[in-house]
Amino acid sequence: MVRFENVGMRYGRGPEVLRDISFTLDAGTFSFLTGPSGAGKSSLLKLLYLAQRPSRGLVTLLGHDVSTMTRAGLPALRRQIGIVFQDFRLLGHLSVLDNVALPLRIAGDGGPRVRDNAVELLEWVGLGEKLQARPTTLSGGEQQRVAIARAVISKPNLLLADEPTGNVDDHVGYRLVRLFEELYKTGTTVVVATHNKSLVNRFQHPRLVIENGELTDVSGVSRVS
Amino acid sequence: MARQPVLVPDSEGAGRFLPWVIAVMTFLATLMTAGALATDTAIRGWSSALTGTLTVEIAADPDADMDARVAATVTLLRTTAGVRDARPLERAEIARLLEPWLGRNGLIDDLPVPRLIDVELDDAAELDIGRLAGRLAERVPGARIDDHTAWLDRLVHLARGLQFLAAGIVLLIGLAMICVIVFATRAAFAAHHDVIEVLHLIGARDAYIARHFQNHALAMGLRGGLAGLALAALTLLPLGYAAADLGLPVLPELSSPPLPAALLLLIPAAAALIALVTARTTVLRALSRMP
Repeated sequence: MVRFENVGMRYGRGPEVLRDISFTLDAGTFSFLTGPSGAGKSSLLKLLYLAQRPSRGLVTLLGHDVSTMTRAGLPALRRQIGIVFQDFRLLGHLSVLDNVALPLRIAGDGGPRVRDNAVELLEWVGLGEKLQARPTTLSGGEQQRVAIARAVISKPNLLLADEPTGNVDDHVGYRLVRLFEELYKTGTTVVVATHNKSLVNRFQHPRLVIENGELTDVSGVSRVS
Repeated sequence: MARQPVLVPDSEGAGRFLPWVIAVMTFLATLMTAGALATDTAIRGWSSALTGTLTVEIAADPDADMDARVAATVTLLRTTAGVRDARPLERAEIARLLEPWLGRNGLIDDLPVPRLIDVELDDAAELDIGRLAGRLAERVPGARIDDHTAWLDRLVHLARGLQFLAAGIVLLIGLAMICVIVFATRAAFAAHHDVIEVLHLIGARDAYIARHFQNHALAMGLRGGLAGLALAALTLLPLGYAAADLGLPVLPELSSPPLPAALLLLIPAAAALIALVTARTTVLRALSRMP
């Protein structure tokens, strides 16, 4: 599903922000990506959601070698990856419903099924009454739930969440992780990045610990030899 | 949900003025093109008026019988193959031609004015003007042929030069329009970079994102182009009617053939097409820099 082999990454000509990252994630697993702020969690996530390419090493995602893949092949691969951004990145000029339907529309689906799916998901996250609301009129927690609905509407094989518990209290954070757990039980590989150690410790999921750009602990996660 | 939502919002910045800029440029391009086409109409008018005619001029000689020289010339011309008709101009007609310079005071009667003969040629016939001039010079002293060719050639040369100048200006207007659209598209791309990045990261292909920009540019290009054409029509039509009274071509022929007028109608379409292609190319280039 996901395989990193001696991966390094740098921004432009700057220093390496990730060094010698090696691990594998099997299909249908749930993993935490944790570490202190600035350790490289977001950079590693960017490699996972194809916002960056590795400077060196091999990255295999969903059976594709990303390191050598042509640029033209990336959009189709991105559609198999759901992302919940730390800052949600909802499109403010679109309704909640249109935001959630966006991945399906981009994939070329314009039929009535799109609306039905979007409505169903918004009801699942408790926002069935706010279909036509603009994201800017919602609270932070509501925006986050819209972002989650958008990330999962296309039934991704890989779901990534960048600090989804960063702006919520521990109770809400716990409920969010439980929400993601429902998805991994349906076969989606889930990676949740968080610096909240106490939250991570409440679950028995494998964890990738990153510090200063290097993986220091891969408890429960396969290491690439 | 039935309609497709606008994924990239309308720009509030530089793009807002784009239709106006395109309107002004279409206006200028239409004026230039109309001028070039009207010049073409004029050239064709001059050519058809002067082709197939020539003038024989017999220099005045106070000691000679000028009427006899005119008669001899006309006889010679009418028996020459390729000449349809030869008609000597009456003194009154010559006086009318010289009226702007000499006035109506009878001064012409005291001046040694040359005698003129209008000659109509058969279009199909190939008249050897050099040979005819030689025969005239042998038989009629002071006779000279003016076939207008040299004068017409110089005039056509000048007119063609003006047409090339107009074409060059239209080309420059087109290039300036491309620059403005590139600038506006880049500004819109920068203003909506966050939206574009999200679309990119959730799997939108470059062509999908570019389509939203190019459709927006097409709409602005059409709006601006049609406004520019309307403005040009408001300028050219009164000018055309005023010039028509003076016998000057300002508008290209609208009836036959209809192609020149259709060319003017194509200018807004060309402006819209330039906007579309430029916006698409600019966005695709910018997107290619994203991973």
